[in-house]
Amino acid sequence: MILQRFLIRLITMAITLLGVSVVVFVIIRVAPGDPIAMMLPPGATDADIARLRALYGLDRSIVEQYFIWLSGVVQGNFGTSISLRQDVMSLVLSRLPATLELSIFALLIALIIGGPLAIVGAREQGTAVEAGIDVANGAALSIPDFLWGLALILLFGVLWPVFHISGRVSPRMDLPFVTQFYLFESIFRLRFDLTRDLIGHMFMPALALALPLAAIISQLLKISLKEVMTLDYVTLARVKGFSETKVILREALKNAALPTLTLIGVQFTFLIGGTVIIERLFSYEGLGNMAIDAVINRDLPLIQGIVLVFALIFVLINLAVDMMYALLNPRLRHG
Amino acid sequence: MSACLDISNLSATLPSGQRVLRSVSLTVQPGEVRALVGESGAGKSMIGKAVLGVLPPSVRIVEGAIRLEGTDLGALSAKERRRLIGAKAALIPQDPLTALNPSRRVGPQMTDRLVHILGWAADKADRRVRQLLDEVHIREPDRVMKAYPHELSGGMRQRVLIAAAFASEPRLIVADEPTTALDVTVQKQILRLIAQLQQEHGTAILFVTHDLGVVAKVSQKVTVLYAGKVVEEADTPALFANPQHAYTRALMAATPKYTDPQASLKPVDESVLAGLAAEIAVADHDWRPHG
Repeated sequence: MILQRFLIRLITMAITLLGVSVVVFVIIRVAPGDPIAMMLPPGATDADIARLRALYGLDRSIVEQYFIWLSGVVQGNFGTSISLRQDVMSLVLSRLPATLELSIFALLIALIIGGPLAIVGAREQGTAVEAGIDVANGAALSIPDFLWGLALILLFGVLWPVFHISGRVSPRMDLPFVTQFYLFESIFRLRFDLTRDLIGHMFMPALALALPLAAIISQLLKISLKEVMTLDYVTLARVKGFSETKVILREALKNAALPTLTLIGVQFTFLIGGTVIIERLFSYEGLGNMAIDAVINRDLPLIQGIVLVFALIFVLINLAVDMMYALLNPRLRHG
Repeated sequence: MSACLDISNLSATLPSGQRVLRSVSLTVQPGEVRALVGESGAGKSMIGKAVLGVLPPSVRIVEGAIRLEGTDLGALSAKERRRLIGAKAALIPQDPLTALNPSRRVGPQMTDRLVHILGWAADKADRRVRQLLDEVHIREPDRVMKAYPHELSGGMRQRVLIAAAFASEPRLIVADEPTTALDVTVQKQILRLIAQLQQEHGTAILFVTHDLGVVAKVSQKVTVLYAGKVVEEADTPALFANPQHAYTRALMAATPKYTDPQASLKPVDESVLAGLAAEIAVADHDWRPHG
């Protein structure tokens, strides 16, 4: 039963990814702009152009190109980047950890800000405190992440320079790392000087990404909490003599978190999408920053590789959300 | 000896200023079952909520006092009130399907008051709850305590809630229509169970119900409520033998009888309601909350 569900899940995931790959493949080839023209100097002859086109397989039909690419992908070969002349897979893998670290850090910040605000708001419902939280949420939500990025650069990079505004790590740091997960590895190796430097770089882009999500978490969780707090078992807990904070944490939070959790999954994928611009803004060497370069250079194999990786992450997040939902909701556990 | 519960001259209003409780006074003596009867919207559940300190935030008590074993709840801080109610009172809720937290196992939901509010040791609380589960005729305490609420039937869950209410030996239990949400066949068993536990433990009960049949079965005293106002108060047998107020008589006439199932259901007589409405309008007009 469980195995069957898991298999169905796996097949849907594969179909989703296949669909994404087709759409991306077609769109970037139909869109104007020629990667070959961008590679060659202005004086190139038609023969040169034709030779290069043949080299990258661009002289074939789109359908043919797709199946050639797909058969490579199935074997783990995503082709060669046109602009960087390196294996797409290793390029993507070298940048992906930076983006994952940034996104997860941002998600943590969003949870750390949004969760407690929701709890305080639900506890203080109907008071000025709740109204204040609503106003803050409204502001955080209505300003998009890249504007938060600019505001943060101005505030903590220029006016009161406490954080680094560019890059992932200070250039003078020697890096003993064997993986690209610098932050995790620095903690793991107890190199907290490096951890500090990495967070100093990561904090502002992560905060910019996190603020809108924090507002969504805070608002939605607060609404769910208030709804759950009208239920009989919460009343019963109050009658038992538990304080309002205990009532929220013990009785209401877990059940109110269920609807919020699904939304966090969806919003987290938006957040990862947001890394593309935010990484550019902070010159953070992640996958998003690379994606922009790839688009500018019409680097078709690299774009395809990056988009497919993003799609895979999104699908995995959805899977994770479903699994956590089942874990938190005992009624779904034995299905 | 002071009354277990003493409500005197209690009035409560909505933000609009409309009164939902109109100078209600009633007492429950130790070990006594008082039924609080009325139609839906009469404010009977509101009184139960006021006693337990769980009125919705929109409802404000504007006058009167609630004394639990002589202590005026209004004179306590929120925390003291919570602790006192937690220690001395308990609730048997209306709907057993929504009164247990779906994501927590049943056992901890039954013992948490004993352990965290009354400060009992975990194993003592566990033994106590098992004993009560036995008293409500649950034969597999292990299974039930490890179960999630959705794994138990409605009647089973109501037994669990009754056991949990009695487990802390409260002085007063508010039973808020505890059989309304149940199957008719289960209703009787649950009523019998509450009556039996009440007698064994000598607990005072404020029994909120709209069902006069239930009133006759479980209570010694009755308070009849209409639109947040006490219209009649009597010993239960006296009330049924000789109802004084026209509304009480109308309410009895509107109750379907097993002896005459063919008789059509009668609504409460409109002229009686009109009289009551006039009475209440006059009372409201003259009413000013003092202090």
